[in-house]
Amino acid sequence: MAKKSISPIDIYKLLPQTNCKECSEDNCMAFATKLVNRESSLEDCPPLIQEKYKESYKKIWDLLKPPMKEITIGVGERAVKLGGQLVMYRHEFTYYNKTPIAIDVTDEMSKEELIKRVKAVEDFTYQYIGKDLKLNLIAVRSTSNDANKFSSAVKTAVENTSLPIILCSFNPEVLEAGLMAAQGKRPLLYAATKDNWTETGKLALMYDTPLAVFAPNNLDLLKSLAKTLTEYGVEDLVLDPGTYPEEGIADTINNFTMLRRAICKEEDETIGFPLIGIPLITWTKNEEADVARWKEAYTASVLMARFADLLIMHSFDGWVLLPTVIFRDNLYTDPRKPVAVKSELVTIGNPDKSSPVLLTTNFALTYYTVEADIKSADVSCYLIVVNTEGISVESAVAGRKLTADKVSEAIKDFNVSGKVEHKKIIIPGRAARLSGEIEEVSGWDVMVGPLDSSGIAKFLSEKWPPKKA
Amino acid sequence: MTEKDERKKEEKSLTGFSSILSKLLSQYNEIELEDVEIDVGDLEIWVQPTVGAATPLKAVPRAKEKPTTILEDKFKPLIMEYPGRIVEVKLGATKGEGGSRSKSLVIGGETAPAFYLFEKATPNIPVISFDVFDMKIPLAKAVKMHVQDVLEDPAAWAKLSVDKFGAEMVNLHLVSIDPLIKDTPPQEAAKTVENVLQAVDVPIAVGGCGDPAKDLAVFEKVAEVAEGERLLFNSVTLDMDIKKTAEIIKNFGHAVIAFTSMDMNQAKELNRKLYEVLPKEDIVIDTTTAALGYGLDYAFSIMERTRLAGLMGDEELQHPMSSGTTNAWAAREAWMNMDPEWGPRELRGPIWESVTALTLLLTGVDYFMMMHPAAVSTIKDVLKNLKKLGGAKTEEIVDWVEKKIEG
Repeated sequence: MAKKSISPIDIYKLLPQTNCKECSEDNCMAFATKLVNRESSLEDCPPLIQEKYKESYKKIWDLLKPPMKEITIGVGERAVKLGGQLVMYRHEFTYYNKTPIAIDVTDEMSKEELIKRVKAVEDFTYQYIGKDLKLNLIAVRSTSNDANKFSSAVKTAVENTSLPIILCSFNPEVLEAGLMAAQGKRPLLYAATKDNWTETGKLALMYDTPLAVFAPNNLDLLKSLAKTLTEYGVEDLVLDPGTYPEEGIADTINNFTMLRRAICKEEDETIGFPLIGIPLITWTKNEEADVARWKEAYTASVLMARFADLLIMHSFDGWVLLPTVIFRDNLYTDPRKPVAVKSELVTIGNPDKSSPVLLTTNFALTYYTVEADIKSADVSCYLIVVNTEGISVESAVAGRKLTADKVSEAIKDFNVSGKVEHKKIIIPGRAARLSGEIEEVSGWDVMVGPLDSSGIAKFLSEKWPPKKA
Repeated sequence: MTEKDERKKEEKSLTGFSSILSKLLSQYNEIELEDVEIDVGDLEIWVQPTVGAATPLKAVPRAKEKPTTILEDKFKPLIMEYPGRIVEVKLGATKGEGGSRSKSLVIGGETAPAFYLFEKATPNIPVISFDVFDMKIPLAKAVKMHVQDVLEDPAAWAKLSVDKFGAEMVNLHLVSIDPLIKDTPPQEAAKTVENVLQAVDVPIAVGGCGDPAKDLAVFEKVAEVAEGERLLFNSVTLDMDIKKTAEIIKNFGHAVIAFTSMDMNQAKELNRKLYEVLPKEDIVIDTTTAALGYGLDYAFSIMERTRLAGLMGDEELQHPMSSGTTNAWAAREAWMNMDPEWGPRELRGPIWESVTALTLLLTGVDYFMMMHPAAVSTIKDVLKNLKKLGGAKTEEIVDWVEKKIEG
């Protein structure tokens, strides 16, 4: 359904229809109108974000489809979605479909090497504030330009991973060999160019796959090719305006910015597709491997910050991938999530009267990090969350937002002495200089905890329960 | 200095930076090679929640004729009009300007979002300032290794930053004045500032400890002894005696960072109070930098919003932005020893600071306070390439798919 032809009634049918007014509209119909006009967001309807309306939520979302098309690559549980962006800046709403990251393999790697790399990519995990951060796709590059070699590399890849595949070659014969080896897997075909668009367009239609369009530093050509391929019948495109590291970085981010602006602000349908960035290109300059890694690491984040919806990378090094997956997670967090969490006494596990009492600030990230660390340490305790106006421990101590008086107040307000039979409080290591004052003001004994909450498990196992004096 | 000399000097110092980076990288080469192996057995298998696997629909062949040639079209970028302009703030003063610096720097002046070069050129390239502390403080190992000989001598530390690491500015933090630390008296703190001013000829920023009363007392003394040097005081906050602080800044010819904690309304409120005394051209704003992974998302969006609001006409937000990028080191991934698969912290740290800085650079930050030489070198390199369009060499990337990669 074309976006402009959606009527409020289409949306209304899918809303809870309880006229509960929680969205501050008079009724669901008024809210539906606002949604269609994009004056309200789905999140403004609290019932709709409940689990039981998940299906309706999704259907409405599909109806209100964003100016950038959402593309699916792969099938099954690890299929990835990309694009679907509604806004240019995350503070305007939120970003969707956090940038999937592909790692490359080539058709000239040995089979063992390829299997090992593919499996390692599939298994990559970093645990970050209770979330598992992952890599998402395998990009098979034909460095041989040989259809047989490509076919067997793609076959090996799909047999050894459930990750979606990107088939990379500019040679249509090579691409077709890859497509045959990845039947039913819905790979992304990379890429149509001004020279091969008829053949690659045909392949995308025959094999029903999304197709990337590569027109480096030439937005006229990129738009022309997108228009032509759409006319040709290819519905799912991904656009590559070219990634130029270093000397070309200004052109690169300007191209991405102009495209994203035309998509989100002008709703230009011809180019309303996700954008692909290729940090891997830092490796093609024949620099030392570590220099290439270093440049790939920061180029990846720069591209994500400037609107890349999909990345292809080469480095499989922890120190390169860690900032990349964490920045991606940060960027795609809903910006409407508050900086501060509630100041309260949090119960973790099943604490009793002899359980430890810890303390942290109400800066959301500090709180979630501490909470995740305590949970992974598997200890039961009380956690006092002091209102530091959403500031982290170190800054709060320096800026006098975390003081002995505030700690003492929190202990009283939350009736901590009614919960435990000891009078010992464990404060963050970064608040160590407050310990004397806290003891004076509150009358509680202070134990100075670790500098970083990752040390809580060790700290508690060594120091709790405290030895009798 | 002629433009040519300037360029030569710049090129020379850039080569210097690159060598710091490559030294850093080569130093960890060996460890790195050991680290590439990931023990698959240690990693968890990913179970993704089922999201109703999409069965792709078969493309419906179109009845109408398929194109046989490219349907030529033009991409016309949408150019926006921005009613607002960010003010320019001058940092440091030369002899001719009443100070003793070899040159002064200007930040701000933007009339379009950062590096939207298709709309406007960048009027002033952002400035990077090196952090120097007035006492020995705990530092991440990766940083300490570069400055360990000067940790107790701020003047020597400042000199090292300028001579060896090419600092354009020095950001002196008077942490020892904190009543909870050493409670260094204003007189003595001012002496430290004088020593640093003598040791280097670049513009200086002077930071306090966060105690509103003590900072003001120290700033007053420092402002007086450095009259005319156009120091950048870091910072004035809502809980200080704002009027008095502003008067000191004004009377002795300095500039100030207005610091607020991730809240645009607070930033506006503080500026309104400062305007009662100070011209806009004396104020830089800092809406707080949080580390990659530890709140960078908030910092990023607040800065992006702040800059766009200023350009769209919010007169209380039309100031250059400052970032305490050193906060990147608060992220545990930047300094902690981790399992070998995550690489040495000596690399994780500076890349953490680099990514934090670069992403904020794109939101419009004009003044960076940084710490690691390799991170600074990286940002300088990128800044050099961000100056103008036209550097893209298509022949270098057009066959990237087929390129054989070693390593």
